[in-house]
Amino acid sequence: MEHIISVTVENKFGVLSRVAGLFSGRGFNIESLSVAPTLDPSMSQMTIVTSGDERIVEQIVKQLNKLIDVIKVVDLNESEFVSRETALIKVHTKAEDRAEALRIADIFRANVIDSTPSTYTIEVTGDPKKLEAIINLLQPLGIKELIRTGRVAIAREAIRPALSQPQKIARE
Amino acid sequence: MKLTGSEILIECLKAEGVKTIFALPGGVVLKIFDMLHQQKDIEVVLTRHEQGAGHMAEGYAKATGKAGVCLVTSGPGMTNVITALADAYMDSVPLVCISGQVSTSLIGNDAFQEADNIGLSRPCTKYNFLVKDVNDLATTIKEAFYIATTGRPGPVLVDIPKDVSMAKTEFTYPNSVSIRGYNPTYEGNKWQIKQAAEAIMKAKKPILYVGGGVVFSQASKELLELAEMTQSPVDMTLMGLGAFPGEHPQSMGMMGMHGTYCANMAVHYSDLVIAVGARFDDRVTGKVSEFCPFAKVIHIDIDPTSIRKNIHVDIPIVGDCKAVLRELNQILRATVNGNQRDLRKPWWDQIREWQQAHPLAYQQEPDGAIKPQHVVKRLYELTKDRDPIVSTDVGQHQMWTAQYFKLARPNRWLTSGGLGTMGFGFPAAMGAQAAFRDRLVLCVAGDGSIQMNMQEMAAAVVSKLPVKVIILNNRFHGMVRQWQDLFYEGRYASSYLDTTPDFVKLAEAYGAVGLRASKVGDLDAVLKEAIATDKPVVVDVPTYPYENCYPMIPAGGCNHEMILEDPPELKRRMAGAPSTGSDEDKDTILTA
Repeated sequence: MEHIISVTVENKFGVLSRVAGLFSGRGFNIESLSVAPTLDPSMSQMTIVTSGDERIVEQIVKQLNKLIDVIKVVDLNESEFVSRETALIKVHTKAEDRAEALRIADIFRANVIDSTPSTYTIEVTGDPKKLEAIINLLQPLGIKELIRTGRVAIAREAIRPALSQPQKIARE
Repeated sequence: MKLTGSEILIECLKAEGVKTIFALPGGVVLKIFDMLHQQKDIEVVLTRHEQGAGHMAEGYAKATGKAGVCLVTSGPGMTNVITALADAYMDSVPLVCISGQVSTSLIGNDAFQEADNIGLSRPCTKYNFLVKDVNDLATTIKEAFYIATTGRPGPVLVDIPKDVSMAKTEFTYPNSVSIRGYNPTYEGNKWQIKQAAEAIMKAKKPILYVGGGVVFSQASKELLELAEMTQSPVDMTLMGLGAFPGEHPQSMGMMGMHGTYCANMAVHYSDLVIAVGARFDDRVTGKVSEFCPFAKVIHIDIDPTSIRKNIHVDIPIVGDCKAVLRELNQILRATVNGNQRDLRKPWWDQIREWQQAHPLAYQQEPDGAIKPQHVVKRLYELTKDRDPIVSTDVGQHQMWTAQYFKLARPNRWLTSGGLGTMGFGFPAAMGAQAAFRDRLVLCVAGDGSIQMNMQEMAAAVVSKLPVKVIILNNRFHGMVRQWQDLFYEGRYASSYLDTTPDFVKLAEAYGAVGLRASKVGDLDAVLKEAIATDKPVVVDVPTYPYENCYPMIPAGGCNHEMILEDPPELKRRMAGAPSTGSDEDKDTILTA
């Protein structure tokens, strides 16, 4: 089963390779991974989309927690969450297709962010199904290039567990 | 006053109470060695290979319970120490490895003797640091020791570029550590501990399954109390040997692939497995799906990832073994009464029956070839009063030592469990000897594995580490040969060691003492002479080459289905085998 895991990590060099190395070294799947700094620039937020049975996901969460640079791990599947992904799609458009391309973009509330006489670059955001749908519709026109961000996700506020400050420990 | 990075490193090591480090110099660590040379508080054991330095630090750590420290240079120095780091990571040994690195301006340029030390060590260390600024050095060393020795211990690498070791800054050693992503759990969940106590009270056939975690958390006293109070038999893993007295009537000895018959039967038929500081390794569980099929499982471990990694656990308790056992004992003390003894009488009757049915056994003919088990047994009997530290390499001799050397206390047993590193034993023994100069330190080795780090004999002689190495010399990679005999129809592919050196002469060449026991009758006298010698000693004992280590659970087999002796077809095949591994028998061996 697919799980989306949100991981708060130290924002310093080498952390991504520790996380990626953990997945490759233990044979866990990464379907997508996105990283960016949080409001606090000393931390980064990773959203990892992975899959596995209950036992494997339990291990993934525990192993991530065991990494010293990992501050917090949340398996978002344990509560309600929203997730989004953005795709940039460069469509090859013949003169007679240009209106159709715009119509499709409009249906999906996508934006044209670059335009040349023979191409449109369309930006679309949504869940994976929506992205698949627009890609399928644009495909007959001719997709020149496609790039996807991978998913980011956030827990819904109402049932989101209270965030506590990361615990500090002092030891002689 | 401003100090250089090298001086800061040394001051930090002193502040951590380090008395001995195991090291081998090279270009980028010369400044550090220069500073070590000018001080007297820290002894430097100069090893002959960086792998040796790593294993010595491991031996030091296992015997003392404190972090061992090794120092290596960049590039090949680093790649050579990787095996020891991987070994320490698998066996949870607290280790701080300082590696040299090329100057920060050269990193990434494929400079001379450059390697990506952080990348190389990442999968085999608990954590690693690259120190880019001398101002971070003291804090980094403090954090390295803290991470290595707390929680589930493990190796930590600190990579120090040459310019950082030379740059100067004000030195202050931090007295506390704060790492927001690292907060090991020591106290167990009280409710879970209560559940465990209730399960223990109810169990008719409980068994304690204890591993190296008990040794590291120094929980032997608590374990003994729990075992005696609840009348539970105690199975030890290879790493757990010494955690519970080997001669205690409740000790079942070692469990697992070459564990005792009763240890494996008891865990298989138990109704409650109490796992303490152990991780359900495949060498212990055999076929996972049929491991302890009738039992509820309580699992106490400081590492949450160990719990439910391999098998289902009914009552998980994350915490330090000592803290959890203390809490558990406190609850049980109030509830235990005479009823447990009656409740468990049938269980003990059954266990005694298993013990009598298949005790560990071998046959030593008074004038036949020396049996390897006999050497270990005699070594044990001759030295047990001196509370020795014993190390082993990996293979048959390791399993026989685990079976016959019944350790009474923890921190006396140095062996490579998880990684199974041949060449571990001798340097590890040297590390322990460096920590305890007056103690008797023994290394039981095989003729194959001793050759993997024999070069350290030079360091043992120079640094006056009088380790006693007993080589069970069967002229084979014995465990490989055993598997070939059992599962590959006796085709000895690369397991026969055609030219084994004369270990007596080799020892003498290094300036150590070489002895040999060729006949059973000589064995005691030679061992006694070795023990009485105040220098490093190699005792070469030619042993019967075809002895197999039993009981044995074939890989992937089930714990109650042990092979207890040579199967009939092997006996038939071996009927004409030569009795020794001497040169005259060579052709017969190779065509056998």
